[in-house]
Amino acid sequence: MKDHTNEVSGRGLSSLDRSNLDLETPEKPYLDSNELIINMGPQHPATHGVLRVILKLDGEKVLGTECVIGYLHRGVEKIAENRTYTMFNPYVDRMDYVAAVSNGLGYCEAVEKLLNVEAPPRAKYIRVILTELNRIASHQLWLGTHALDIGAMTPLFYTFRDREEILKIFERYCGARLTTHAFRIGGCQYETYAGFEKEVKNFLAFFPPKIDEYEALLTGNRIWIERTKNVGVISAADAIALGVTGPVLRASGVKWDLRKAQPYAAYSEFDFEIPIGTNGDTYDRYMVRMVEMRQSLRIIEQAVNGIPEGPIMGKVPKVIKPPVGEIYHSIEAPKGELGYFIVSDGSTQPYRIRVRPPSFVNLQALDIMVRGLLVADVVAVIGTLDIVLGEVDR
Amino acid sequence: MLNQFTSYLGSNLTPGTANNQLWALIYVLIIFAGVSVAVMAMNWLERKALAHFQIRLGPMRVGPHGLLQPFADALKLMLKEDIIPAEADQFVFWVAPLIGLLASFTVYTVIPFGPSQAVSDMNIGILFMLGVSSLGVLGIVVAGWASNSHYPLIGALRSSAQMVSYEVAMGLAVVSAILMTSFNETGTGTLSMIGIVQSQQQQGIWFIFKFFPLGLIAFAIFAIAMVAETNRAPFDMAEAESELTAGYHTEYSGLRWSLFMLAEYAAMIAVSAIAVTLWLGGWMRPFPNLLHAPAWDFLFSLFPGLTFLGLAAIALIGTARMPSHSFFRIQRIGLAVFAALLGIIALLLLVIAVAGRSADASLAARFNEGIGYVYWFVLKVAVFMYLFIWYRATWPRYRFDQLMKIGWKVMLPISLGVLMVTAIVGVLVK
Amino acid sequence: MAEDVKTPAPPPPPEGEKKPTAETVVPPAQSAVTPSAAEKPLAAADPKVPAAEKPAAPAAPAKPAAPAKPAAPAKPAGPVPMPWTSPLVEKYKSQYGSGLEAQTYLGQNYFSVDRSLIPDLLRMLRDDEQFDYCVDITAVHYPKREKQFDVVWILYSFPRNERVRVKTQIADGASIPSSVSIWPTANWLEREVYDMFGIQFDGHPDLKRILLPDGWKGYPLRKDYGILQQDQEWVQINLGIESGQ
Repeated sequence: MKDHTNEVSGRGLSSLDRSNLDLETPEKPYLDSNELIINMGPQHPATHGVLRVILKLDGEKVLGTECVIGYLHRGVEKIAENRTYTMFNPYVDRMDYVAAVSNGLGYCEAVEKLLNVEAPPRAKYIRVILTELNRIASHQLWLGTHALDIGAMTPLFYTFRDREEILKIFERYCGARLTTHAFRIGGCQYETYAGFEKEVKNFLAFFPPKIDEYEALLTGNRIWIERTKNVGVISAADAIALGVTGPVLRASGVKWDLRKAQPYAAYSEFDFEIPIGTNGDTYDRYMVRMVEMRQSLRIIEQAVNGIPEGPIMGKVPKVIKPPVGEIYHSIEAPKGELGYFIVSDGSTQPYRIRVRPPSFVNLQALDIMVRGLLVADVVAVIGTLDIVLGEVDR
Repeated sequence: MLNQFTSYLGSNLTPGTANNQLWALIYVLIIFAGVSVAVMAMNWLERKALAHFQIRLGPMRVGPHGLLQPFADALKLMLKEDIIPAEADQFVFWVAPLIGLLASFTVYTVIPFGPSQAVSDMNIGILFMLGVSSLGVLGIVVAGWASNSHYPLIGALRSSAQMVSYEVAMGLAVVSAILMTSFNETGTGTLSMIGIVQSQQQQGIWFIFKFFPLGLIAFAIFAIAMVAETNRAPFDMAEAESELTAGYHTEYSGLRWSLFMLAEYAAMIAVSAIAVTLWLGGWMRPFPNLLHAPAWDFLFSLFPGLTFLGLAAIALIGTARMPSHSFFRIQRIGLAVFAALLGIIALLLLVIAVAGRSADASLAARFNEGIGYVYWFVLKVAVFMYLFIWYRATWPRYRFDQLMKIGWKVMLPISLGVLMVTAIVGVLVK
Repeated sequence: MAEDVKTPAPPPPPEGEKKPTAETVVPPAQSAVTPSAAEKPLAAADPKVPAAEKPAAPAAPAKPAAPAKPAAPAKPAGPVPMPWTSPLVEKYKSQYGSGLEAQTYLGQNYFSVDRSLIPDLLRMLRDDEQFDYCVDITAVHYPKREKQFDVVWILYSFPRNERVRVKTQIADGASIPSSVSIWPTANWLEREVYDMFGIQFDGHPDLKRILLPDGWKGYPLRKDYGILQQDQEWVQINLGIESGQ
């Protein structure tokens, strides 16, 4: 397959000198110059999904990177213009397929805002419980794969085993483990099944020792600390300027979480903390996500102990035709700020849906974060950004 | 030839020292077979233990509980297409795994499984070991070079740099142990492997506990360095799959690749054997001086039999727990046969232990003694093997520059320091 | 509400039939929010105020016959874009005058500005008003409009905990200054807008396609690009699929 990276439609100051970029048949041996161009991906055991990273190296040190994405581009935003609002709901799960419930929450809330309806309190509580469970599941997957990239093989199996409990709850609730399509515009479609509260409470008792287990393997581990401390540092100013959100931003010291800053879906009723880091390195991002898992447990506990009775679906017309207008609504997905910009033309099909993907914007920061690091650290930094290519490419 | 065969029986020298080529050859063949079996067992244990660490079962289908998996792997690798890159240097490509294998296996000529159970008791045994095991580096570099592809080359250079750096610390730790052999009345130490174990026996203490914590630190340095020497986790950056440089054996497939793996496992067993010999008392049973009475001797001589009995019991329990579905019939039978085999060996060993109870020179007693020595040695080496697997399951891997930093900036100064302090303490205590 | 003005849309038609709906969209949206058509004061131009305007709506040109529901009860007035008043708005309005409109809809504030204001207003928003985080840059295509593209910046201010949108309209083929020098995050966001819509950003360091392959022809998120359409030549050459699809 032809490599199109040499056909550029615009030249300019890039971090990579494109004239050096000849990956197919180097006419000149490129080991004699100081700079080496190495291609990682798109198929690679470490890059979580189909991501191609072109590294420009000076020996082992990384001088610059360029990410080539789009291998998983499915045209979700174009599809949205050809489906009704209700029909588009299952598509949003497929973007960040690891945290499908969050995607659905963001979308349903955005459309509800556009319709100017609100989900009833019971639905909001159910939404919070499932979203927080999904946050834990997403962080577990991140932890397993990130540890595997750095060389610790065992946490992967532990996290995936424990994640099963969450997926079992999802399956009993809505029939699907991964791409759940859990929520509907206006509320939830499914009532909590018999035993839902009991199972969630069982999970709340079951899980904290597991987090302790993961931490026992990694947090104090000398090798882990050496591999992650001061690796991939991004300062708070850089993070804000690059639009990085989520645990990456919080690890750089910015105490900002949309669940607290602009609460949605009953988060204002719960008491939880926002962990922040100090250095903005990989270790801090690891700690932030571990603490976030514990805080999610706290939220779930408060929610499941206080689910109000009532209807689970708000007053939404059968045919969803929001009035003409635009709305932007964002939520705190496990990866960062997930936003939906919906333009409605008054018909049953959205005129434009723009998904603001946290992984896409976070991935942009990769270049800054790996400058000066060694090649082995690039893999660690990609892992710590917690990107899901389904969301990056949509 | 028969003369050569019978003249050695009853001797308490190693064949090398007794100048008996036939028996040396027999010992070499026994070691070769034993190491091959050990490597297969190690392969099985690695997959099973790693799997159990990761809450999964590992191979279960190929034999009962995957016991025949190593055979299946060996067969598969032998039947695989032998791909040699067109641009590769053909002869060098062919010879590289052999060099590695040579280096790993030659070390076994000096490893003592007992006071006369070694191929040869060279009086420079430890020097020989250090020298020959360094040849392994050559095999790796040659393999990387012969592949004519820059990823394996980079991987090979890294592996070799790593091995060379940790050789230094390893050597210094070994020198500390050698030094300890000289802390006796005559003040002369020995480089002979058998001599080192005998001096531990004579001084009545395993060198790991000598001048606590000096022996322990020297042992720790060696234990860490040997993991780095054999390119095992957490020092396996050079051959890890998720890294860009996929290691020196990338271009090798099938049997050639399996030769590299054989060399790696053999090297692991060899360096563990060195560690056991130098610090953990080699073939000695626990407390040979303290618990000296014949009753204790008898008790400890039961251990081999009891170990096999325990293994047989585990296998029997496994058989009992297998589902009684017809799909599992063959596996059940196989495991039961395996259990029976283990039981028979156990019985045999117990009979020998009982018959050789008295300390006379009867055949049973000599067998008993020899089995005891080999058993304790193998047990200690097996503990190290398990530790290797445990390390791999638990820890992430070091980045290459961190690995080199540890080798040169941490291990080397500490081992130098331990050596000096050991020497000073040895002189003072005298 | 809008449903009184338009026919209920049929189940999703194959591509091509969307256009009538799109056509009927444009005039009310435009008149509601576009400053260029701001001859009428906003409130009166709004066809969404149903009770007063319902008789006027079927008389509007180029609309399919709306089956008027004379017996339908007057729906309560839905949300309409209201003028957004705040000190911030006052300051900018006084500065830029007619080039800038500020509204709020459903609690979300936005500026609709002239293209000429663009790099300066954004820079002032970042520097003076502390909108230091550029959440998103995107575009919307209105093919029936003279200035076909709406380019939208969504900005957020950490100190103020406020979000604001800045919208501008540009014509097809026109370019717009890049905001990479203001927020580095705009780099990939603008590349995606370029990739999907073909809008050129002046001053962008590396404007090339990001999600689609570099040699792709066509800008998919434009309304005239079909849902099943592919760049067949590229597919034939690069993927070896003869049909090109």
